Amino acid sequence: MDTPLPNPVRSIFEKSLRDDSVIVNIGPSHPATHGTVQIIAELDGERVLRTDVHCGYLHRGFEKECEDHTWHNLIPYVDRLNYVSALINDFAYCDGVEQLMGIQITPRCRYLRTLLSEYSRLVDHLTCLAAGLMELGAMTAFLYLVMIRDYMYEHLAALTGARVTYTYGRIGGLARDLPEGWLTRLEEIFVQYEDFVARVHALVDRNRIFIDRMRDVGVISTADALSYGYTGVILRSTGVPRDLRKDTPYLAYSELDFDVPVGIKGDNYDRYFVRMREMDESIYMMRQLMDMLPDGPINVDDRRCSFPDKPLVYSEIESLINHFKLVMDGPNVPAGEAYSAHESPNGELGFYLVSTGSGTPYKVHCRAPSFVHMGGAHLMLNGYQLADIVPTFGSINMIGGECDR
Amino acid sequence: MTSPLFETLQQELVPAAGPATLSHGILVFVLEPTELLPAVQRLQREFAFDIFLDVTAVDWIGQLPRFEVVYHFYSTMHRVRVRLKTRVGEADPGVDSLVPLYGSAAFMERECHDMYGIRFRGNDDLRPILLYEGFVGHPLRKDYPKQQEQPLVPYRS
Repeated sequence: MDTPLPNPVRSIFEKSLRDDSVIVNIGPSHPATHGTVQIIAELDGERVLRTDVHCGYLHRGFEKECEDHTWHNLIPYVDRLNYVSALINDFAYCDGVEQLMGIQITPRCRYLRTLLSEYSRLVDHLTCLAAGLMELGAMTAFLYLVMIRDYMYEHLAALTGARVTYTYGRIGGLARDLPEGWLTRLEEIFVQYEDFVARVHALVDRNRIFIDRMRDVGVISTADALSYGYTGVILRSTGVPRDLRKDTPYLAYSELDFDVPVGIKGDNYDRYFVRMREMDESIYMMRQLMDMLPDGPINVDDRRCSFPDKPLVYSEIESLINHFKLVMDGPNVPAGEAYSAHESPNGELGFYLVSTGSGTPYKVHCRAPSFVHMGGAHLMLNGYQLADIVPTFGSINMIGGECDR
Repeated sequence: MTSPLFETLQQELVPAAGPATLSHGILVFVLEPTELLPAVQRLQREFAFDIFLDVTAVDWIGQLPRFEVVYHFYSTMHRVRVRLKTRVGEADPGVDSLVPLYGSAAFMERECHDMYGIRFRGNDDLRPILLYEGFVGHPLRKDYPKQQEQPLVPYRS
């Protein structure tokens, strides 16, 4: 017999804790976990004694690939990190490059980015809640939420040309301005959203089965959450109002009126409710932004990064050269380093960019909230039932593309 | 954005390290590898930097020492970020692990070890996290070619 092959994943559980405990392998491809993640769990009957969470099954060399493309070419790649709220990735990345280049984006672009960030957050929370509810068997709630999400996808497709990965951000601006009637349709979607989310509240919030499955399950304390680098919904579910939109306002958040919903004990139910409340706050912010949206250009007038108008490219040599240089060499980003942090639906999404002054980044590092959250996931899984792994994992909202990069 | 905390930090955190710089709203300290752990301890205990956001490295190939390990910290109380940077050489790319101070260090250091081969002394779980057992090399090093192929892992039945 040949020597046994090394396992691609080495468990830290070399010996079981007790004689009668069982070590089982959940994933990486399991129908009840949305995302390729492997959980090696030691069980005492149905109770989880300890878990070892492995990610990396969707690793595709994002950071290595970034070092070989121009600053502009990365925008489709960052889209595919958190593919449920791709716009926030776009804007966080562009913000980092703009910091390095010392660019102030135009007022219209600033408000539009804020509005679309909130729209993305809404879509992301809808997806997470819908999937989490479906896994508990709430098919009606799932269909309600996903139906609304699909209206939003179609609506975003009318703006960006794609349903999921939009490639809509540009360094110093946006790909295009709003089409005719886009904001009117947005208001229609809000009305439908309110109708259906009210139905979900009625179906789920005080549902005995739902409460039994979610309340006091997957509890994490504030101290643990901070120590394990948790940000976003999970940190807020423990009762701490920490939100980058309030704490270190970026884009137009300092001009908006909104609340930061928090939970009371950091369990699955709190995370469900914080997400539901945050969606309402997002709508409230977007309604304010629709009124505030100023007219004007969406791209900065800066030849280092903005593409010249297409008719000019075809009619004058300077614009043609400008276009050519931007495509072939990439924008000239001054040497330096920047860390831009945006509040993504999962938590702090950071881009650490290092430039040596060329058209290609020297280093791009993404501080992915999902990855950091996986580092402490065992805290929320250990000690509960095996069946609780599914809703707890759903409420962490791990996004494989962002976690594994 | 400057915070009064930044002045205190500049004077007190690591006086021996020389002046800190302010880069896009983040205070940056360049430290010796030995100064790192005491500085982080003080950041956490005295200055309320309660979230360890991120650790990564930059491969400055051709320079000595070759690797720059970059840490980001955030204080939810003061709402500011601090970046610590330290240089380690190619022969012994080791820094002290922050696992005793922050839980989040365990996973993030594993990733940095995967990608750059930085060894974190005190983190006894540096198994591959984004890569797999048997991966040869450290892919984010600049001398790792993008087209590099890995030895074929035999099919496991």
